[in-house]
Amino acid sequence: MNFTLDIWRQSGPRETGKLVTYKISDIPADASFLEMLDVLNEELVRKGDEPIAFDHDCREGICGSCGVMVNGRAHGPHGGIATCELRMRAFRDGEHLVVEPWRAKPFPVIKDLVVDRTSFDRIMQRGGFVSVKTGGAPDANAIPVPKVIADEAFDAAACIGCGACVAACKNGSAMLFVSAKVSQLALLPQGDAERTARVQGMIAQMDEEGFGSCSNTYACEAECPKEISVSHIARLNREFLRSQVL
Amino acid sequence: MNLDAKIPSGPIEKKWDSHRFNLKLVNPANKRKYHIIVVGTGLAGASAAASLADLGYKVTSLCYHESPRRAHSIAAQGGINAPKNYTNEGDSIWRLFYDTVKGGDYRAREANVYRLAQVSGNIIDQCVAQGVPFAREYGGLLDNRSFGGAQVSRTFYARGQTGQQLLLGAYSALSRQVGTGNITFHDRREMMDLVLVNGQARGIIVRNMKTGALERYAGHAVVLATGGYGNTFYLSTMAKASNATAIWRAYKKGACLANPCFTQIHPTCIPQSGAYQSKLTLMSESLRNDGRIWVPKQKNDPRPPHQIPEAERDYYLERRYPSFGNLVPRDVASRAAKKMCDEGYGVGPTKLSVYLDFSDAVHRLGKQKIAEKYGNLFDMYHEIAGDNPYETPMRIYPAIHYTMGGLWVDYNLMSTIPGLYVLGEANFSDHGANRLGASALMQGLADGYFVLPYTIGDYLAGTNFENASIDNPAFADAETTTHQQIKRLLSINGKTTADAFHRSLGKIMWDKVGIGRNKQGLSEAISAIRKLGEEFWKDLKLTGGESMNSELERAGRVADFIELGELLARDALHREESCGGHFREEYQTEDGEARRNDEQFAYAAAWEYTGPQSEPKLNKEPLMFEHVKPSQRSYK
Repeated sequence: MNFTLDIWRQSGPRETGKLVTYKISDIPADASFLEMLDVLNEELVRKGDEPIAFDHDCREGICGSCGVMVNGRAHGPHGGIATCELRMRAFRDGEHLVVEPWRAKPFPVIKDLVVDRTSFDRIMQRGGFVSVKTGGAPDANAIPVPKVIADEAFDAAACIGCGACVAACKNGSAMLFVSAKVSQLALLPQGDAERTARVQGMIAQMDEEGFGSCSNTYACEAECPKEISVSHIARLNREFLRSQVL
Repeated sequence: MNLDAKIPSGPIEKKWDSHRFNLKLVNPANKRKYHIIVVGTGLAGASAAASLADLGYKVTSLCYHESPRRAHSIAAQGGINAPKNYTNEGDSIWRLFYDTVKGGDYRAREANVYRLAQVSGNIIDQCVAQGVPFAREYGGLLDNRSFGGAQVSRTFYARGQTGQQLLLGAYSALSRQVGTGNITFHDRREMMDLVLVNGQARGIIVRNMKTGALERYAGHAVVLATGGYGNTFYLSTMAKASNATAIWRAYKKGACLANPCFTQIHPTCIPQSGAYQSKLTLMSESLRNDGRIWVPKQKNDPRPPHQIPEAERDYYLERRYPSFGNLVPRDVASRAAKKMCDEGYGVGPTKLSVYLDFSDAVHRLGKQKIAEKYGNLFDMYHEIAGDNPYETPMRIYPAIHYTMGGLWVDYNLMSTIPGLYVLGEANFSDHGANRLGASALMQGLADGYFVLPYTIGDYLAGTNFENASIDNPAFADAETTTHQQIKRLLSINGKTTADAFHRSLGKIMWDKVGIGRNKQGLSEAISAIRKLGEEFWKDLKLTGGESMNSELERAGRVADFIELGELLARDALHREESCGGHFREEYQTEDGEARRNDEQFAYAAAWEYTGPQSEPKLNKEPLMFEHVKPSQRSYK
């Protein structure tokens, strides 16, 4: 398959970036989107040009490293997958693709398609945990958790922290990401003791980092590679309200 | 070198308890005066960093990713073992110990394995307390399943994402300590060298991957939890950037590397489809519970699978191993698949795959039931391979998945360099020649949560440290060496890209040092890798400069993989027996099974670096089996 690509090139955080056009040919339909970028990069290096910087690692949709906008959609045209799982057969032969980094103020561009998502880590550090010292845990079966509750907590815990929700949101909101962790730990008895401090700390950090408020458009759910439901945002709001009154 | 494993005396079930009592303690008020550097944030690294910070030590944590949560432990699917015996099947610490030593084909250290089995129950408790959402039954208690041919259900799991959930648990513990300032975390840092002062590990040189700057970190001890070296084979189920640079550079500073030839090949991966391919994807071993593996009886059969009648299919695992059938251990299943393909029975466009067929299971249980069990795996396969496994058999082929070998460590997890500790897949200690399913997660977390936090205190309390800040000349020397290598890589100006060299290395490794190995092939591999190394330093094509540059990162890693590949082949050549993942074609039984040689090879082979031009020195740690008597594995 052949493609024309407009790819965002930016040499550093404070440099001006621009879209640069590349042509690429003979890409097998079974190749992943990132493998297509690998092929392009090897061609660039052979020609003496600098390769395009992009984040990636596990290449099986679980580490959350990769993520680009393809024709304006986070992780490309298919729902429920990360960029590394996207295969070139998802596109038409000869298609023109515009490839850009996540766009959000709290995700500054480091280089080309690589952005800095450490704001997510700082949010986690404000409460995305249960304060349990190593060795101090009771027997794993000491506290039963109903299966339906455990399953719902799992649905939230599946978040891979890729940032697609933020990139897809017109407000650059991180509510889906924050709600996934708050919801997981609010549902489980283990997270109960720190419920109040957790939701307040994480929301405060989210605001401090410059993420916007929920736009209520559900774009985050549509683009989330793990299909995390916006109902967790509802629980986040409830938890936050609860923390103000209780 | 005298390898002292420091195994405590006394009966095996008392060793760890009495050892813990005998270990020196660091006074709680003094702990913050000790600074520990932890490299890597996978299960082993994150759990170690969090636990050390819990105790009050000053911890610096680094990884090459932008976030600790992205380490490749996250991709583990199946589960984690613990002999909780919640299922009342008669499981016990002793049984898990026994299974692991036997599964490792009698090449692991008994005392370490026993301790691993002992602490594994605490891991489950710890993870549940952190909010890890393990699978549960309707009564609210934890669910267990049988995994990888084990005869008891001792595997705890979280759908097909157990590694992810455990890592996010360890990451949350680490994040908590970063938030309170007990851990200083640095993202996008790659360890380039280990710094020794007076023969002790006292720090590291690191490349800041965002700016290209070289940085120095000094401490009282260094912990490497940097994973395995599976990407020596280029294609593997490892993450694309997983690399061996940290352990290889530690090796060159004097840490022995043990049993590098013990590599695990997983039988159920999605096969390679073209030269562009960057990695292989694992399909969980659990699929073999319901899928049947077959090839056409006719060589080079051009027909699509549904046109091949039942009588013309060879269910070769069921035929050769009637009692275990499709559930034989990983090494046996992998070798059998390769044999069928080598003989011309392979299927698919490359003829390098076999069918894994669910049609019987769909017929017996219904599509709905199969979807409940394997839905996410079937979807993943469909997305990658483009075929629908509910209708067409999956095509699978073995791939490199885990490396049992690694830096040699004693019972305290300390390498042959004082103050250098090695955890998780990066060390060699617990899996022998073959790792059982659901035990990698167990070992990584055991090392980090429940072993290192005790043993490191003994070293710190019992050692006199001279003041060694980053101004010590040893740091300047190591930094200069690192910088010279980077400049050298950038100045070669040849024609071949780092990835092309890596692919060439992978081909040599897979063809000659892969599933089946023999003397001639290994000797050829060693000279071919040597030649490749020489070409690399003459003909590497690298663009970009010293600042953020993915090609430069790759080139440095490939240079190390080439050298490690040679040692791996050398180790495989020297070990004239077949055991676990190491299959030497000259040493097999009449019906093609692995034949160990316990008289000559019941030892860990710890290789010692002696310089760039001279051959590495082999040191042997004899392995004693007092409790699990070696026997021939049989799955007939």
